[in-house]
Amino acid sequence: MSAIAAFFWERRAEIAALAAQHVMLVAAATAIAAGIGVPLGVALTRRPRLARPVLGFANVIQTIPSLALFGFLIPVPLLGGIGARTAIVALVLYGLLPILRNTHAGIRSVDPAIVEAADGLGMTPRQRLRFVDLPLAMPVILAGIRVAVVVGVGLATIAAAIGAGGLGVLIYRGVATVDHRLILAGAVPAALLAILFDVLLGAAEKRLSGVR
Amino acid sequence: MPPILEYVSVVRRLGGRPVLDGFTLSIAEGETVALVGPSGSGKTTALKLANRLLEPDSGEVRVFGEPAASQDPIRLRRGVGWVIQEGGLFPHWTVEENVSAVPRLLGWPPGKRRERALALLESVGLPAADFARRRPGELSGGQRQRVGVARALAAEPRLVLMDEPFGALDPPSRRAIQEEFRGWRTRLRAAVLFVTHDVGEAFLLADRVAVLAGGNVRQVGTPDELRRRPVDELVRGFLAGSSS
Repeated sequence: MSAIAAFFWERRAEIAALAAQHVMLVAAATAIAAGIGVPLGVALTRRPRLARPVLGFANVIQTIPSLALFGFLIPVPLLGGIGARTAIVALVLYGLLPILRNTHAGIRSVDPAIVEAADGLGMTPRQRLRFVDLPLAMPVILAGIRVAVVVGVGLATIAAAIGAGGLGVLIYRGVATVDHRLILAGAVPAALLAILFDVLLGAAEKRLSGVR
Repeated sequence: MPPILEYVSVVRRLGGRPVLDGFTLSIAEGETVALVGPSGSGKTTALKLANRLLEPDSGEVRVFGEPAASQDPIRLRRGVGWVIQEGGLFPHWTVEENVSAVPRLLGWPPGKRRERALALLESVGLPAADFARRRPGELSGGQRQRVGVARALAAEPRLVLMDEPFGALDPPSRRAIQEEFRGWRTRLRAAVLFVTHDVGEAFLLADRVAVLAGGNVRQVGTPDELRRRPVDELVRGFLAGSSS
């Protein structure tokens, strides 16, 4: 055990750098996924006919094995290639479903009496969205973002396979050289990151729902 | 002076069945009218036609002397107070924010909004110092109803619509808030149309009571007229059967 700790300590600079890279990948992907998923989820509540096909499509993306998706993206012009950009595109695609689904479900779950009150008081649709729908759906939306982040932290380890960097680099190197300590040096920080984000976002979610 | 709210031969269907069928009623400036009738008789539908949450299938609704259909629904709603069953408060806003909702939408400056909200809270019996910063979840049912009333009155509407405003309360708090409503009524210069299934409440609070059945008004008159001269057995039975 202490041997592994010493091994980690020796490589702390590299682990920290790769962890930072890892966080950047996930943060960029989640920001983009939220930037697409939240407005799209809102739009789907206004156009219920589209909800089923769009959510279904996002579901299908989710079922593509991640390594395969990374592989598929490599030859795609503009989005693909080798490196962080392709990894972010893939992570965005995976993050989209939970965010989209939760935004849609969160807004639809707002008490219809509250929605009618907002309309009856003379809010425009935009004001209702800003003052009522989004704030009341926020805990559910945040739960979707939380899922996207936690899943993203795990998936991003695979991104090292296409040269995107991150903690996966250590895992792949460990697998290639049959060195458990290297695998752990990537896997343990990745797991800790996932837990950390889960706890932080869970706390934010709880704070927001306490308001309701 | 034209009536502040007028329904002219309004028909409104729900899934093919007419809920309102030739509904005609007018409410004068400053008058309080109660709409009573069995459940499913279209009382709430009638209210929602007045602020264009619903549109008539035929006939006309006139608000402030103009056809409602020709008015911008957003502006119309901001000019008409709306008290909802169980309050319909925004759970994530404080009591003060709830009361200030319409003034905020109308773009009143914050100082004026706040002054108005605090004064209104006092007048509905909720001392602002205690209540302004609470959230609806921390209030009793009766307190929420009071906040709902204050919210409806915030922008000084000339017409207030109330849907079972005191319906969700237990009898003692209901009696208390009804008594207070009579006090607010004399200070209000607004006309009020309120829906209730409680005939006793209608007789207590309204200048005139309209009995709704079969999609239109069977009889409308002062509580006294209705008690003394119900037009038919249905009205007599309804007034006798559901008074409490």
